[in-house]
Amino acid sequence: MTSFTSIPKHIEETLENCTVTPRRTFLKRAGLLAVSFGAGISPLVRSAEAQTPAASNGATPQTAGPYVDPDFRQLDSWIVVHQDNTATFYVGKTDCGQGTGTSFRQLMADEMDIAFEKTTCIMGSTDITVDQGGSGGSTAMERDAWPMRRAAAEARRVLLEMGSARLGVPVDQLTVTDCVIAVKDVKGDPSKRVTYGQLIGGKRFNVTLTGANVNAATGVAKLKPVQDLKTVGQSPQRYDIPAKVDGSLKWAVDVKLPGMVHARNVKPPFAGAKLTGIDESSVSGMPGFIKVLSKGNYVAVVCEREEQAINASRKLKTTWEKPTTAPFPASEDLFNYIRGAEPTSTTRPMIVGNPDAAFAGAPKLIEADYEIPFQGHTAISGAHAMADPSNGQMTVYSNDMKSYGMRRGVAEFLGMPREKVRVVWMEGPQGFGRTAADDAGCEAAWLAHELGRPVRIQWMRDEETAWDTKAPAFAVKMRGGLDANGNIVAYDYNARTLDYNHVGYNEPDTVLIAQLMGSRRANPDRGSSATPSEMYAIPNRRMATEVVRLPLIWETPLRTGNLRDPNGPQSTFASESFIDELAAAAKADPYEFRLKLLTAESKDDAAFRRARSIACLQAVAKAYGWDSRPSPNPRSAGNILTGRGIAYGFRGSTVVAEIADVEVNRRTGHVWAKRLVCAHDCGLVVNPQSLRHAVECGMLHSLSRAIHEEVRFDTEKVTSVDWNSHPTLTHADTPASIEVVLVNGDPNPNRPDLPPYGAGEASCKPMLAAIANAIYDATGVRLRRLPFRDVRVLAALNAARV
Amino acid sequence: MSNTTLKVNGSTHSVDVDPSTPLLYILRNDLGLQGPRFGCGLGQCGACTVIVNGQAVRSCITPVSSVKGEITTLEGISAQGRLHPLQQAWIDEQVPQCGFCQNGQIMTAKALLDKNPTPTDAQIREGMNRTLCRCMTYYRIQAAIKRAANTIADARPAAEKEVVA
Repeated sequence: MTSFTSIPKHIEETLENCTVTPRRTFLKRAGLLAVSFGAGISPLVRSAEAQTPAASNGATPQTAGPYVDPDFRQLDSWIVVHQDNTATFYVGKTDCGQGTGTSFRQLMADEMDIAFEKTTCIMGSTDITVDQGGSGGSTAMERDAWPMRRAAAEARRVLLEMGSARLGVPVDQLTVTDCVIAVKDVKGDPSKRVTYGQLIGGKRFNVTLTGANVNAATGVAKLKPVQDLKTVGQSPQRYDIPAKVDGSLKWAVDVKLPGMVHARNVKPPFAGAKLTGIDESSVSGMPGFIKVLSKGNYVAVVCEREEQAINASRKLKTTWEKPTTAPFPASEDLFNYIRGAEPTSTTRPMIVGNPDAAFAGAPKLIEADYEIPFQGHTAISGAHAMADPSNGQMTVYSNDMKSYGMRRGVAEFLGMPREKVRVVWMEGPQGFGRTAADDAGCEAAWLAHELGRPVRIQWMRDEETAWDTKAPAFAVKMRGGLDANGNIVAYDYNARTLDYNHVGYNEPDTVLIAQLMGSRRANPDRGSSATPSEMYAIPNRRMATEVVRLPLIWETPLRTGNLRDPNGPQSTFASESFIDELAAAAKADPYEFRLKLLTAESKDDAAFRRARSIACLQAVAKAYGWDSRPSPNPRSAGNILTGRGIAYGFRGSTVVAEIADVEVNRRTGHVWAKRLVCAHDCGLVVNPQSLRHAVECGMLHSLSRAIHEEVRFDTEKVTSVDWNSHPTLTHADTPASIEVVLVNGDPNPNRPDLPPYGAGEASCKPMLAAIANAIYDATGVRLRRLPFRDVRVLAALNAARV
Repeated sequence: MSNTTLKVNGSTHSVDVDPSTPLLYILRNDLGLQGPRFGCGLGQCGACTVIVNGQAVRSCITPVSSVKGEITTLEGISAQGRLHPLQQAWIDEQVPQCGFCQNGQIMTAKALLDKNPTPTDAQIREGMNRTLCRCMTYYRIQAAIKRAANTIADARPAAEKEVVA
């Protein structure tokens, strides 16, 4: 039998060369990167950009520890300059597939005056990159790039001072271009120039930064004005892509270690079930069987080979006792349950004006209930990790987007000192928040700890779809009052959200394995809801939210977690659908209706949001070619009904407006979003192409949530267990046309220093409502319950005799 | 356990495994090929796709004993140190987000183009429809397939090209 039990070659080489003391580790690290570049990259891709994925997966020496936290107040923690005038940036972020690493390199290279292609970026491994928390909340450019830029600017300043000393020329008489420091106005004299590599290549800066926390880390150098940034605003190709398309990238799923074994979980067959017996003899004779490991209601089977572990986990006989009360209602009863439940928490309503009086006096009242089911993260592959317990340490190879949180969680869960645990971040399937609460890391670590051997675990499809974290279900009641002229005079938003005991980021007492082993936090997370994100000036408005709970809150497959712009799409589905309902009731064009609400008298322009909201709405309408008319569209005679829908919202400071064209088949109920147009303003754009792609994919993610996604369950278990029972968007659903307009800077063209805001999530927000509004425009039927699967749409059309 | 001989990307390998073992685990764990990936284990998503006898095959549900013919994985579609036009198109269009599913997208697209070098938009949608992407890069994938089809057409000798009157 062929044996392939070695760890990736470039990691192996790194291991062989690793050293222990921090000083020597640094020097090795500086030199070792060249080793890992060469070893790991595809022979097909020779550009410098392609080298970084290999480096980021390879430059992780498996020392005997301890794994000391890199000090964010040391410039050397952020930047290493090599003798060949290349530089490596170390950042405490992870890339969820949107190209943030490339953008960090652009910003840092520009600040430092080094060519973009001479740089590489290492991300998210806890022992070699400072703790910036990993990824989440679209904070990469908005918050976390700032200390990187300041470190790069400080490196440039220090190098200029060194160059000044070397050349004997004051700093103000020096220029720097692509790592070359030269005396101004002197050409062709090699004695009047020196390179970064010559000044510091392979050596430490030994420069201390200041700042109360990592976000505030800074040197004394000033940042360049935006106009002086060279690659910012351009679109160098993403460095991670070549190795992702030629098969050479080592992902977290690919890590192999000597002596490794494979594990698979055995999940409770019923939510809230209690394990009463394991018949190990049912699998102990199977090939490759090693052990059944169990504690509380957690069960895993370990075998030599992966397929053996899969087979054994399916064959293992276990007995379980069902809970005496149902853990949750069936999914078809969910919204009645939510409306009848006792809230676990209620926020104080946000009130403007006098809504009660305004409702009492309004000649026209409209009410509507919106329903958003649980929707899964459902990453394309299951949670996974490899844990190596050698040397009395614990190394977890993981794609957890919050690798630092996982490190803390694993250490506390196992009762190990933090400095003996590290997480090596590697690429993985994206779940848009699922990996912030990844379960496999703690599982692999516990199993490896128990067995004393490296353990690789991966969740199977049914397990991942049924048991991953879910976006909370919402029931939203809305009321609106119109005056005789069709103006909104009263508005009431009331959201109930099933989010009690919202899961944290690999907390040692709430991660699923801990729950299954019996851990119960005395005070479960309160959970949260959301209010609309728009800047409409409505004179009398009330917005309130409540959180409710399911009967079962521990060891449940209906755990809620953060899914891409958590709660934003749900809340905005209700609010932006309802604005459309009000516009239709007022017989007003829905774009003009919104614009009027934004341009109404108001002094509140928080963070330019109102002005930029107007700009985005105008931009999307212009790009689409919007002509004024109220909804619905006069119905055509054929089977295909067409309509358009508009919606807008903001995430943080990023404003986005979207228009969808849909075709609705009146015979089948099938909805196709044929064209999507988006106007997006996230301030300074670092890499327009990366941004456009992230925006496109964000819109399609919400299109998938609009037409496909719903977690179904009976009163015992989740019944959505694969891509048939929790479907997702497909190639056939893809719009024929997607246009993205980057509005950035407008309406403030005189503000070139507008900072970058987040862009990973905002485009998800309005799309659910845009689709609902387009379906209404096409058919005259208002759908208030997601998702708009064919059966539901057809039933609604039939009921309305469309 | 039994000995099975596999020809993969031009090399012959002998593995001693249970004949019912899905091909995916042999490729990944015995032969060290990481292009094909586990996505669902059910043949629903396509992340594990390889090409056998010109057909896109879902290796996660293909028993190794049933494989008759040479297997090509993502690592094997480039030739003489040159990326396949599809791989180059994927880079030119900057297709991937996380990239985990892209093995299946590229390999399914290759089987599609090998059979039909000039697919229409509808044929691309139909041919790719069971290959899933949770980052939703479909729009860029479809653009990249069209780009690659053009590249392949341009590279064909003039005599092979259809004469359009």
